[in-house]
Amino acid sequence: MKHTISVLVENHFGVLARVSSLFSGRGFNIDSLTVGETEDSTISRMTIVVQGDDRILEQVNKQLNKLIDVTKVIDMTGEDFVERELLLMKVTATTAMRSEIMQIVDIFRAKIVDISSNSLTVEATGGKAKIDAIIGMLRPFGTKEIARTGRVAMLREYREKV
Amino acid sequence: MELTGAQILIESLKKEGVDTLFGIPGGVLIAIFDALYDEKQIRFILTRHEQAAAHAADGYARASGKVGVCIATSGPGATNLVTGIATASMDSVPLVAFTGQVGTPVIGSDAFQEADIVGITRPITKHSYLVRDTSELARTVKEAFYIASTGRPGPVLIDLPVDVSKAKAEFVYPREVNIRGYKPKYEGHPQQIKRVAHAIRKAKRPVICAGGGVVSSGASEELRELAEKTNIPVTTTLMGLGAFPSVHPLGLGMPGMHGTRYANNAVTESDLLIAIGARFDDRVTGKLDAFAPSAQIVHIDIDPTSISKNVAVDIPVVGDARQILKELSQIVTPRGPSEWNKKIDQWKDQDPLSYEASPGVVKPQYVIEQICEATKGKAIITTEVGQNQMWAAQYYQYSRPRTFISSGGLGTMGYGFPAAIGAQVARPAETVFDIAGDGSFQMNIQELATVVQHHLPVKVAIMNNKYLGMVRQWQELFFNKRYSGTSLEVGPDFVKVAEAYGVKGIRVTDPKDVRDSIEEALATDGPVVLDFHIAPEEKVFPMVPAGKAINEMMIERMA
Repeated sequence: MKHTISVLVENHFGVLARVSSLFSGRGFNIDSLTVGETEDSTISRMTIVVQGDDRILEQVNKQLNKLIDVTKVIDMTGEDFVERELLLMKVTATTAMRSEIMQIVDIFRAKIVDISSNSLTVEATGGKAKIDAIIGMLRPFGTKEIARTGRVAMLREYREKV
Repeated sequence: MELTGAQILIESLKKEGVDTLFGIPGGVLIAIFDALYDEKQIRFILTRHEQAAAHAADGYARASGKVGVCIATSGPGATNLVTGIATASMDSVPLVAFTGQVGTPVIGSDAFQEADIVGITRPITKHSYLVRDTSELARTVKEAFYIASTGRPGPVLIDLPVDVSKAKAEFVYPREVNIRGYKPKYEGHPQQIKRVAHAIRKAKRPVICAGGGVVSSGASEELRELAEKTNIPVTTTLMGLGAFPSVHPLGLGMPGMHGTRYANNAVTESDLLIAIGARFDDRVTGKLDAFAPSAQIVHIDIDPTSISKNVAVDIPVVGDARQILKELSQIVTPRGPSEWNKKIDQWKDQDPLSYEASPGVVKPQYVIEQICEATKGKAIITTEVGQNQMWAAQYYQYSRPRTFISSGGLGTMGYGFPAAIGAQVARPAETVFDIAGDGSFQMNIQELATVVQHHLPVKVAIMNNKYLGMVRQWQELFFNKRYSGTSLEVGPDFVKVAEAYGVKGIRVTDPKDVRDSIEEALATDGPVVLDFHIAPEEKVFPMVPAGKAINEMMIERMA
């Protein structure tokens, strides 16, 4: 089962290496990992999507907590949380195909952020299902490049603030 | 006051109460060694290989309970520490390792003697630092000693670029440490402790399994109090030897692969297993499905990651073993000796550890028994790894914590001799014996120079069978006696090697001479190498074959 874990860490160099080597060293699989600053510039948030049964996840949580640079670990799975991913996708688009692509982009509330004589670059945000769906719809036009950020996530407000 | 980084380092070490530094200098450390030159409070022990410096610091830490400190230069000096750091990490030994590093402007440029030692040691340290500015050095040292020695102890590495040790900064040693991501928890949850007391009251066949955590938290007295109050038999893992006297009526010796049959029987038939500071290593549990199958499992440990990692735990208590045992003893209902105790005593009578004497042959078990008698069970024993380690665990009677020093988790050959050096430095008044094999001893044999230079009267007893004996044993029992790559028939004359370094060497080939040679070594005011020639066929028994249940033990007669 997939788990989304939010890890608050000291904003030092080398912390990402510590976290990622913990996963590889213990044979845990990472689906996606994102890092960025938080409201406190000395703290970064890593959002890690990891696959595993309860026993593995319990170990992942404890091992993360054991790292000196980790200040908090929250497994959001089973909680109410918002999860988003950003997609940039460059699609082959001749003049004839443009309007059809733009309709799909509208339906997904995505944006065209770059255009050339034979391509369109689409920006979309959303949960994993939405991102997978828009890629599925645009792929038949011809994919030039895809860049996905991996997921960031946050618990909804009525739970304790994290 | 402005000091150089090198001076700040030395002053900081003094603030931490460091009296000994093990290591070897090198290009990027010259400023630090210069600052050390006039220093009276810190003794520098020059080893002949950096690996030995790390093991010696580790042996110092295990013998004294203090943080061991070692130092090595950048590049190869630093990478030579790796095995020692990994050894300390697996056995939760408080160690601070300093490594020199190339100057900050050239880090990452493949400079001469550059290695990314922080990266290399990341998975085998509790934490590590690359100091980028001299003004951060004092705080870094403070944090490193704090992290190494608190919670579940472990090694911390500080990488010191050469320009950082030369530059000047104001020296202010911080009084307190505040690391927001590191708050070790010592108090056990009272509710959980009550549950343990309740489980003890209900249990018919309880067993305590005490590990290295009992030694490192200094909980031996508390353990004894609990065991005696409740008459619960106590088995001690390899790392826990000495935490509970092995000759105590409730003592079961060691469980697991080369444990006693009665300890393994007791664990297997128990209905309550109380593990204290032990982490259910595969060498202890054997086949997991058959490990203590009908027992409720209590696990007292300072490290939450140890709980339910290998064995599912019913009642976890996270915290310091000493405090938890103290509280548990206060609320537990006393129990008199029971049927269970009687049954265990029967097992002990039926199946004691035993070996067959054969005329004219030096038996390693006999040698160790004689060392035990000659030292009245009071020596500090270090071991190498393999058969020598298991015989030393089985046949020496440990009665005090911190007297059995061995690489348990990593199983590092070449550990025992440098660890004995560290132990002897930490406890100069005690007799320190390294029980060695001919294979292991040769992995750090160059340290004979160190014991001579620093006047350390360490005694080495080599169980010389001209084989990598433990692997040979597996080959004999499970691989059709195909002794692939294990013969050490070309080996040195250890007496001559010892003498070449200025150490007394005694060769023993006749069992009649065993005791006299040990007495002679003990009477010698300096290091001695005893070379006991034993039979290559001699094996460690009992033995649980890998992957079998711990009550399926092989004994000599079956093999």
